[in-house]
Amino acid sequence: MSGEKDLDQLKKEAAAKAKAAALAKMKAKEQGEAQEESQSEDLDIAKQKAAAAAKAKAAALAKMKAKEQADAQEEGVPEDLDAAKQKAAAAAKAKAAALAKMKAKEQADAKEEGVPEDLDAAKQKAAAAAKAKAAALAKMKAKEQADAKEEGAPEDLDAAKQKAAAAAKAKAAAAAKAKAAALAKQAGGAGDDEKAKAIAAAKAKAAAAAKAKAAANAGGGAGDDAKAKAIAAAKAKAAAAAAAKAKAGGGSAKADPVEEKPSPNQPYLDKYMKVIEEHLGKDLIEDSYINRLSKDVPTIIAKPESYFKMAEFLKYNEQLGFDYLSELHGSDFETHMEVYVHLYSFKNSQSVALKVKLDRDEPVIDSLEPLWAGANWPECEAYDLLGIKFTNHPNLHRIMLGEDWVGHPLRKDYEPYDVEV
Amino acid sequence: MLRTEEMLLNVGPQHPSTHGVFRLVLKIDGETIVEAKPVIGYLHRGTEKLAEDLQYTQIIPYTDRMDYVSAMTNNYVICHAVETMMDIQVPERAEYLRVIAMELGRVASHLVWFGTFLLDLGATSPLLYAFRERESIINLLNELSGARLTFNYMRVGGVKWDAPEGWVDKVREFVPYMREQLKGYHSLVTGNEIFTNRVIGVGTYTKEDALNYSLSGANLRCTGVKWDLRKDEPYSIYDRFDFDVPVRETGDAWARYHVRLDEIEESLKILEQACEQFPAEGAILAKVPKIIKAPKGEAFVRIESPRGEIGCYIASDGKKEPYRLKFRRPSFYNLQILPKLLEGETISNLISILGAVDIILGEVDG
Amino acid sequence: MVEELLHSQAGILNFGIFFLLAVVLLFVILGFVTYAILAERKVMGFMQLRQGPNQVGGRWGLLQTVADVLKLLLKEDTIPKLADKPLFIIAPVIAFAPSFIVMAAIPFTDKFQFADLGVGLLYYVAISGLTTIGMLTGGWASNNKYALLGGMRAAAQMISYEIPLVMSVIGIVLLTGSLNLNDIVAAQENVWYIVLQPVAFIIFLIASVAELNRVPFDLPEAENELVAGFHVEYSGFRWAMFMLAEYVYIFAMASLTTVLFLGGWHPLFSFLGFIPGAVWFALKFMCVFFLLLWFRSTFPRIRADKLMEFAWKILLPIALANIFLTAIIKEILNLF
Repeated sequence: MSGEKDLDQLKKEAAAKAKAAALAKMKAKEQGEAQEESQSEDLDIAKQKAAAAAKAKAAALAKMKAKEQADAQEEGVPEDLDAAKQKAAAAAKAKAAALAKMKAKEQADAKEEGVPEDLDAAKQKAAAAAKAKAAALAKMKAKEQADAKEEGAPEDLDAAKQKAAAAAKAKAAAAAKAKAAALAKQAGGAGDDEKAKAIAAAKAKAAAAAKAKAAANAGGGAGDDAKAKAIAAAKAKAAAAAAAKAKAGGGSAKADPVEEKPSPNQPYLDKYMKVIEEHLGKDLIEDSYINRLSKDVPTIIAKPESYFKMAEFLKYNEQLGFDYLSELHGSDFETHMEVYVHLYSFKNSQSVALKVKLDRDEPVIDSLEPLWAGANWPECEAYDLLGIKFTNHPNLHRIMLGEDWVGHPLRKDYEPYDVEV
Repeated sequence: MLRTEEMLLNVGPQHPSTHGVFRLVLKIDGETIVEAKPVIGYLHRGTEKLAEDLQYTQIIPYTDRMDYVSAMTNNYVICHAVETMMDIQVPERAEYLRVIAMELGRVASHLVWFGTFLLDLGATSPLLYAFRERESIINLLNELSGARLTFNYMRVGGVKWDAPEGWVDKVREFVPYMREQLKGYHSLVTGNEIFTNRVIGVGTYTKEDALNYSLSGANLRCTGVKWDLRKDEPYSIYDRFDFDVPVRETGDAWARYHVRLDEIEESLKILEQACEQFPAEGAILAKVPKIIKAPKGEAFVRIESPRGEIGCYIASDGKKEPYRLKFRRPSFYNLQILPKLLEGETISNLISILGAVDIILGEVDG
Repeated sequence: MVEELLHSQAGILNFGIFFLLAVVLLFVILGFVTYAILAERKVMGFMQLRQGPNQVGGRWGLLQTVADVLKLLLKEDTIPKLADKPLFIIAPVIAFAPSFIVMAAIPFTDKFQFADLGVGLLYYVAISGLTTIGMLTGGWASNNKYALLGGMRAAAQMISYEIPLVMSVIGIVLLTGSLNLNDIVAAQENVWYIVLQPVAFIIFLIASVAELNRVPFDLPEAENELVAGFHVEYSGFRWAMFMLAEYVYIFAMASLTTVLFLGGWHPLFSFLGFIPGAVWFALKFMCVFFLLLWFRSTFPRIRADKLMEFAWKILLPIALANIFLTAIIKEILNLF
């Protein structure tokens, strides 16, 4: 569609402009600090400054919004909005500069902070970026609304374009800031940088999508102002939520499935599969995947015949060395039963989950007790509550319920033998 | 030659020093134990089966009753499991409240262990001193959550109630007071020859044994394995705090005693830092839906409770109740090594060994 | 006073006076036991940051023990079906009787004493050993594994600690030249034996705590370990007899310690001689008693094998060394 193409062009231009502006600002800030402190403090200061700037921007946005509301109610004249906005923008800039200077001074006096502060700052940065973007978006939208009022309904399309442009600009600004901050950072791991970038990108995308939707929904006319504010507020919230979510890590961007990051544990899973296939052959494993819901633990589903061999291999192989059994239990999944084993390797500091699917009517599987003595009682418990029989177990007995109990309670089709009890 | 017979002695289920309803069937030859068979299940309440019909928030009071001496960590493990599955970000203030509550619970739990361990060995006074300090902690947690033992404090996404006015200052004041008292315990008990005679070299096991039997917590750290989930797989905001992990090499009851008392000191450090960093305001519960539905899939998380590694496995099929809920209870795993430790020991050492493992029967049976 | 009575004519009147005096002493001792139990609970309570009994009999719980004894008297007298009935019934008597018998030989003041035996010290040690038989009998007759184990432990412990107990006192006997308790007290007019024989005092104190089956040596009645040891099957008044025996022995042992090491009824400084001897005796006795209570609330319990080791490998050699040293020093001083 032609609209899309225009959007792209506008985006590019706006992006370039914004990038330049942001980079210049960052450079200026960095130069200002470079003389005073050591390198690690630069990082903190930059972050703090960004935070302060964002805070100032947000404050300015709030003030601006309030002003807009007051103005709109009183006069409803677009020009005032414009003027007010420009004033607000200027004020915000000045405040940001002043705050940044003050913060720089504070940082100069303050002692060096430790790693927790980095994390704090990183989080703050992400939040700040989100806030900044929201502020910019809102500003842009208000401007567009004012313009739309002046020009009329057909300009909605323009407004949409402008909105998109603003979104792109904000995204670029955030991205640039993130990049600059990453440049200033010393330690802290590359993953964080990439994460931050991904955060910013995802956020911007989400915001753009939301904005486009909002633009489509917004009709022309007086309702636009209020709606615009509401939309801006919603976007800010969404941005904040996205920021928070992205902060949690895992690198999965919700807004865009195409951009799903490969899990950081995928190389481990690949390594395990490779080692297993090298030593034991190919057809021992039924399935293997990374369990994203469970802190990305590599999960291997073994076949019942090769379960013991697999477990033995996982324990004794030098490269894998899973010497600690963290958990063993069974579950009844109605079509089949499952035994879940969570292993940990102290040598490599890695976990792996080993599962095996069993026949529901005759759940029999090898016992892991010869490998890990700590599997003794958990297997008794699984036998007691689910009826899974473990062969080669030294002393399989009904550990919880006693030998007189009829039935296996954790099964889904369990009927208490004595219903009155 | 005199004909001697092996005697079958039953320790428990009602017994002053088995820390709950726990039965130990001993075959003794004079005063030496030939074989020891633990019998558990007296306190099995079917928490996991019950949980299959309850919503996640409704399960939280059940978790309190598992390890009833340190209920906060139990609350946390299930909230953490659900939050990991749903990828919920907990607000800052809630995280700090959680950490403070959990560390206070850890200190209280270790105080209970200290008092009861010494009571089993015959010294009646340290129990009362330990419980005096525990009373202060319980009062603090009472102000926070409304209950003294089963708090039901955490929720998926945060905590239920905010700290009342001035509560954090009270916690801050408690820390130096507790340090003083800890010094008192050391001077009363640690240097006492009678006590050291009963714990040094008693119930020793090696590092390989500890790893083989899936021991965790102080039972693992007393053999030289520096492993603490708060440091090695940090959850919540533990990576912001500066604390050490006490480790001993000898693997006997004496080492476990020291590890636990040093852990109290480390928890006090964490409390200090948490009170300092406590955010002045903020939300205490993230924006979570009213009825919590975990996404389809399964998750297993584990955290460090005072007794060891407590874990929670949830298999969910998208409904509001879990499909399968399983708790990895540390005392259950830690107790497995008891028969091995008791072979060849005298009955007097039985009490020291059982006490030093630090089990809570509510957790063993679940 | 009793001396004159002993040398006077035998007759109903004299017998009656003797009997009356004995009954008076019995009541005095029972009164002591009553308030010693209360004192123990109160003092231990205060040491553990709590108050002891404070409900029955006013703020100080003065009637608490009376209420407890009344309860014990009214309890059902349970005898296990398979218990050895005669032995079961007689065991508490065997345990309690010697504790009262030894009271006859202890001089409380120079006027108030019952029997001035030439071998007073030996008499005490010999008679107090009879209680062990009572505990063994009780453990055996209960037909209970726990009781048997407790009884065995009690026997082993008490026999082991008799020896350091006696050995530590031989140093005093050497210095005094007599086993007569009156002579021993008289010899402490200027300096108490605690100053002259400090090592002996420490050994005697430790051994006496073991003889009394008190913490840290209370293995026979270890509540936390094997439930209650040798008196687990006894309830009601029979159990009360065992407890009574223990407290009367505390009285006797504390008195003996005072007589042997703390100068009996002699004042601390001679210018304080206007305070009667009975008061001095009581004060010193109270100090020893308080020390025993203090031990109870502070120390954990010693393990059975360590207990034996301690008696035979540590206390006995030191006691023997003490005798040797005392003898050598006495000889050297005699030369000058």
